[in-house]
Amino acid sequence: MDTIILQILNGLDKGSAYALIALGLTLIFGTLGVVNFAHGALFMIGAFCAVTMQKLLNLSFVQIDPTRKDFLGNPLKVQVPYVDSWFGHDIGAVLISWSVPLAILLAIPVMLAIGIAMERGLIKHFYKRPHADQILVTFGLAIVLQEIVKYFFGANPIQTAAPGVFSGSIDFGVLIGFAPNAITYPYWRMIYFLFSVAILGGVFAFLRFTTFGMVVRAGMNDRETVGLLGINIDRRFTIMFGIAATVAGMAGVMYAPILSPSFHMGMDFLVLSFVVVVVGGMGSLPGAVLAGFILGILQSFASMNQIKALIPGIDQVVIYLVAIIILLTRPRGLLGRSGVMED
Amino acid sequence: MLGLDKKDFGFLLFVIFLTLATPVLLQPFPEGSALAQFNAGYPDLMQRFAIYGIFAIGFNLLFGLTGYLSFGHAVFLGVGSYSVVWMYKLLGYNVLPGLLLAVVVSGLFGLVIGYISLRRSGIYFSILTLAFAQMSYNLAYSVFTPITNGETGQQVYASDPQILMGPHSPTSPHLFGLLMIDSLKVPVGGWVFTFNIGYYFTAIIAIVVFYLSMRIFRSPFGLILRAIKTNRTRLNYAGINTRPYMLAVFVISGMYAGLAGGLLAAMDPLAGAERMQWTASGEVVLMTILGGAGTLMGPVLGAGFIKYFENIFSKINENVLHQWFSWMPQQVNDVLTAVIKPFVGDGWHLTLGLLFVLVVIFLPGGIMEGMRRIAKLIARPDKPEGGVEPAETQASE
Repeated sequence: MDTIILQILNGLDKGSAYALIALGLTLIFGTLGVVNFAHGALFMIGAFCAVTMQKLLNLSFVQIDPTRKDFLGNPLKVQVPYVDSWFGHDIGAVLISWSVPLAILLAIPVMLAIGIAMERGLIKHFYKRPHADQILVTFGLAIVLQEIVKYFFGANPIQTAAPGVFSGSIDFGVLIGFAPNAITYPYWRMIYFLFSVAILGGVFAFLRFTTFGMVVRAGMNDRETVGLLGINIDRRFTIMFGIAATVAGMAGVMYAPILSPSFHMGMDFLVLSFVVVVVGGMGSLPGAVLAGFILGILQSFASMNQIKALIPGIDQVVIYLVAIIILLTRPRGLLGRSGVMED
Repeated sequence: MLGLDKKDFGFLLFVIFLTLATPVLLQPFPEGSALAQFNAGYPDLMQRFAIYGIFAIGFNLLFGLTGYLSFGHAVFLGVGSYSVVWMYKLLGYNVLPGLLLAVVVSGLFGLVIGYISLRRSGIYFSILTLAFAQMSYNLAYSVFTPITNGETGQQVYASDPQILMGPHSPTSPHLFGLLMIDSLKVPVGGWVFTFNIGYYFTAIIAIVVFYLSMRIFRSPFGLILRAIKTNRTRLNYAGINTRPYMLAVFVISGMYAGLAGGLLAAMDPLAGAERMQWTASGEVVLMTILGGAGTLMGPVLGAGFIKYFENIFSKINENVLHQWFSWMPQQVNDVLTAVIKPFVGDGWHLTLGLLFVLVVIFLPGGIMEGMRRIAKLIARPDKPEGGVEPAETQASE
């Protein structure tokens, strides 16, 4: 029993990332009808926002500390981060340690701007073109974004630490009545899960309970009629694209401590997220979220040693196998409406 | 002649001439001159032109004719490579059995993957093929290590049986004694032309498969495939079952890719799983689109273009740039170098990506359409372009 709970917990953080990316993909597909192959790159840029924030906060100048000597007896030169000298050492240290959550503040405007620029500058011209063209142009864009990041940050993964407060693990088993240390779970992964639930809830609430969201939902169902009512639906869809990009970006920021950001991480996640979208049902938001968590948890179960001994290699292929089975037996996906790109 | 009309036959002769004369044509700059680094007439690169040309021709049969965008074609490339290396290991260094096996095995893979993937079309087809490719890639690294040798990649070891190896057999890939790495260097004036056996071997195969693809383009079979691209539902209503046609072209296309993968291993007796990665599948898509999907010659041009970029442009570094602009004032030189640097050397992928985006936006027909537009401008400079030709001419080029 405890192993089962442990595997479910292990699957949750990956599942949350899948769910967030797939949600963005579905939002874009549902509103604009565009298949966005550059969405993984947006996730990756989000992760690099965390890297940038960490670098910014660690910017330092050299100060000579007369009270200490180095081993030659000269006064010691120490690197003092600017934030330390501005806010004093205590606050500075906290700021540096909290660089990943702080990066969200940076990521929101950056991702919103990138998303809107992308939609207005490029994707707008592809609404009337076939899906293959949309795939191709966003695929090209993904390569470009990836290469730009590679140029500025290099090809190696960059370690980005979570705040020191969250470094340990929580003994989850004790809380629900198991022996101590039977189920431990890193704090940061739990926070990632809670964070993604909050974001998912926020997006759904936004779509469900605001006038803006209502208009967007109406536009997803029948774009023309909404347009005929005198509502500028294009502008709202552009903003939705920005929001989808922001969701992907924030998923990336918070994922940075779990997986050191490297320029190709986006593509790795994109392939899986597409599979998630297809399994959940093209155009279905709850489907994307559900499928994200299910596939994340399935993958975590498949990487258990007992299961790997039973079916070797299953951990590598389980997601794709599920996708193939779903596509062949239920092409609309778990929660998809019938008839959405189903042929 | 050869079942082609006069125009096509002339075109084929032209292609044969281009292919055979490549070692000379791609060596326009004398040895030792400043521009010699732009020469592409060395064996390794020319072999890649021919091999990736075959890969792209095969991919184009599927994507160009039917419009089905496969994102998993690299599977066949990898499978072909592994087949050839395994034949080296079991039989000996003759490439022929390996290539035959590569075609057969990739055909079988194509049959299985195609049978399942072709139940869906559009983006679902793309994702299904992608899923198969990623699955094969992951499995090649894990469960199938006895066959693929995991991350090391498969190669020939001294302990392998190699039952057909005699005491005097060559110890590198060969065709009945003709070593693939052998080449003839002919100095003419300041130029040095390299005629490599491996290149001519791949080139002749490339010509044969190009001819085959030409026949497919012109056949009733090809016509049905194009009809599938235009309107599949209507074809179904007309009482034509499109499934067998699609499966046939998918398998053919997979065999082309398998042959290309086999040739890669025939030139360099190694096979690694990274050939199956989805970036490799993406590359062939780039080649085909860049050259012009649905045209005969386009994919080959695209393949040559990208491989040239990869080999030549990635060699240009900061020092080379400084040297080029050394005749300018220092500041201008520095600025120009700083501006161009991100796009060359390691950054050539950035150039490729940008170029690809631009091509998809402005020139969906690729290089071939660009050439046609230029030709039209030259032929009738006073008339506005377009309008006269029917839209489907691009497919019959």
